Amino acid sequence: MTVAFILLALITVAAAVAAMSMPRLVHCALALVVAFAGLGCIFLALGAEFVGLAQLLVYVGAVAILIVFAILLTRGSEISMRPGARSAFSGTVIALAVFAVLAHAVMTSRVSRIATTVAPPSNRVQEIGVELLHQYVLPLEVIGLLLTAVLIGAVILAWREKPAAEQEGARTR
Amino acid sequence: MNVSFTMAGGLAERVDQIFVTLDHWAVAHTPGPLQWLVQILLIVVPILAVFPGLFALTTVLERKGLGRIQNRYGPNRVGPYGLLQPVADGLKALTKEDLVPRTADGVVHYLAPLVIVVTAFLVYAVLPVGRNMTAVHLNAGLLFFFAIGSATELAVFMAGWSSRNKYSLLGAMRAIAQMISYEVPLILSTIAVIMIAGTLAPEKIVLAQASYTGIFPHWYVFTPWGFAGFLLFMTAAAAETNRSPFDLPEGESEIIAGYIVEYSGFKFALFFLAEYLEIFAVSGLGITLFLGGWSAPLSFLAVIPSWIWFFAKLMVMICTFIWVRGTLPRLRMDQLMNFAWKFMLPMALVDMVCAGVWRFLPGGALWSVLRWVICTVIVVVPYVALARGLQMGKKVEQRVYRYAEEG
Amino acid sequence: MLGEGIVKGLFETARNFLGSYVDKDRLVTVQYPEERHPLPEAARNFPFLLYDGDDPEAGLRCVSCHICEKECPPRCIYIEKSTDKKPDFVGKPQFYPARFDIDVSVCMSCQICVEVCPFDAIRMDKEFELSTDDRFGGLMWTKKELSKPNEYYQKIHPVEAAETDARRAEDVEKAKAKAAAAAAAKAAEVAKAAEAARADDEGAGKEPSKG
Repeated sequence: MTVAFILLALITVAAAVAAMSMPRLVHCALALVVAFAGLGCIFLALGAEFVGLAQLLVYVGAVAILIVFAILLTRGSEISMRPGARSAFSGTVIALAVFAVLAHAVMTSRVSRIATTVAPPSNRVQEIGVELLHQYVLPLEVIGLLLTAVLIGAVILAWREKPAAEQEGARTR
Repeated sequence: MNVSFTMAGGLAERVDQIFVTLDHWAVAHTPGPLQWLVQILLIVVPILAVFPGLFALTTVLERKGLGRIQNRYGPNRVGPYGLLQPVADGLKALTKEDLVPRTADGVVHYLAPLVIVVTAFLVYAVLPVGRNMTAVHLNAGLLFFFAIGSATELAVFMAGWSSRNKYSLLGAMRAIAQMISYEVPLILSTIAVIMIAGTLAPEKIVLAQASYTGIFPHWYVFTPWGFAGFLLFMTAAAAETNRSPFDLPEGESEIIAGYIVEYSGFKFALFFLAEYLEIFAVSGLGITLFLGGWSAPLSFLAVIPSWIWFFAKLMVMICTFIWVRGTLPRLRMDQLMNFAWKFMLPMALVDMVCAGVWRFLPGGALWSVLRWVICTVIVVVPYVALARGLQMGKKVEQRVYRYAEEG
Repeated sequence: MLGEGIVKGLFETARNFLGSYVDKDRLVTVQYPEERHPLPEAARNFPFLLYDGDDPEAGLRCVSCHICEKECPPRCIYIEKSTDKKPDFVGKPQFYPARFDIDVSVCMSCQICVEVCPFDAIRMDKEFELSTDDRFGGLMWTKKELSKPNEYYQKIHPVEAAETDARRAEDVEKAKAKAAAAAAAKAAEVAKAAEAARADDEGAGKEPSKG
């Protein structure tokens, strides 16, 4: 537990709490970005360069922008609300339960028992690439297919529909 | 690593490495407990000094260049040839009142210029500005560049949203839409280079290009896929940095200054600084990826220090940006989006295919010629087809103006 | 073909860029304090008072009629009439302004004072570098600062001045002719009177001559 880790962890947790409790939606989104960035920095501090940077690129660069864009395009930024007190208790219980399950899973997993004294590989990015395209090529392709399907679905959703009258006219003709 | 360089003798090498040597000397001569501090300062301070200096120079160069393009003189009053103009501008920005709109979101409004400047500076960490002159050696340097660079979008959003001004919000919307759209071709066009070089580390990509056949360098821009990639990269870079002709987010004539409309004084200057820093950084990355980084354009010119070559290339890129700005009118929003998704993206994908073909075709005398022909065809045919397709149904003609008095 | 127009445009701007260094006629701007564009003759900025001859007091054309003061839309003119009279250019005794002030900061260069002046006494100047560090006194111009000789007017607005001068010369001629006619009439009258007197004399008999 180094000082850097403690600082990063504190920032991340504080930002995550802020993301849930801020009254304004935009502030929540920005706090969430800080949480994402903190998580990426923790990955970097742990020496997982690729994962950390990918976290930054994908979450800070893309997901956060998407959230922000959604807020911009809706009226959400104008509404300010406090989280309802009624759901606070059940929410806390559920959150704690989820945390307990996850913690248990992590603590008892095989990964947690790997000795950390093993020297990390020198060129991790390359290794990740090789692994992805050899051992895990099938999951990669499946994910690619899924994303393509999503993309096509998005295009179809955004497709400008012909006005109903025109369609009617086409049918009767 | 290259023959002529070592042949040029020890003096050239010493001049080339003078900053590296100075750095080592300074670190070695500080007391032990302070060494880490000096080490960090010697990396950070030069970046903080050199690139803002270049920014100051560029502002006056841009104004003079644009002036000459428009048959004017440009600024020439402050100092010799107007070179001290940035000092005057800086003083003006510093002495101006810092206005914050009453309804603005104070904290976010304050943070936006800081975030944008910090991210603009951070990306310089992985740029190799000379032989052995990369601030931070990262295996995934390119990834770092794009990861940090994507945070500028958030800063733009923060500025636009927190100002509580319709123009700022419009500017921010435009900026984010544009940045997201052009980030795709920007990153895809670098993938071709990554595929050929086989690494994500910028300094290794430069090393892969810093060898010569005869006197000619192995820069990636001198290959079919590299040339196409370079043009795609620089076009997308211009759009990423809101540079004319893609300066819609700031369109002075439509939305005043977009997301920076509510900033004054030094905060405005910070946005300005960040914008230029991004241009330099992304130009520097373009140089690193396609123009051989710090390597000399001809083998016998390697006598000249590597950092001079890097900055010379950077100046050429900046001048080209100014030239393009003086030439092209601003795009319309639909043109911008069509260009990104219907032209840039397919071309970037084609370029990736081309790079793959280039990589896996066998070597040899006959094959290297054939490889050239095949790859050129792979790039040129889709280019012509796409250009024709985009043009289809559109007639370019002189606009006819109708006036009221004509009835 | 995509990109063709861009290349063409780039060549055009490069031609402009290089041309501006080679061909000075291309440059549309002038380096203002050192070099200036000649102002067009119709240029106008701020009114001044005209005087004939060398003495600004004696030759001042203004007769203090207050028309300009009343017509001035922003009311920047202030005139005080004199109590005594002085002869004008045709020799007629006229009032003259004891005070004539124009506020430079208020004047809007509309030239209405010039249009309404029946005495050709006020005209527009081309001088435009009027800034001063004294924003009250320095911008309130008095009669002394406003008075400029007719030669100056001839220099800055030659065509207008020639027309005015011709008209005024005519006026002078007319006045002279009138005076001459008047003199002649007077002389004739005198002569007539003398004649009449003589005739009277003659008609009256010889008594007076006798007497």
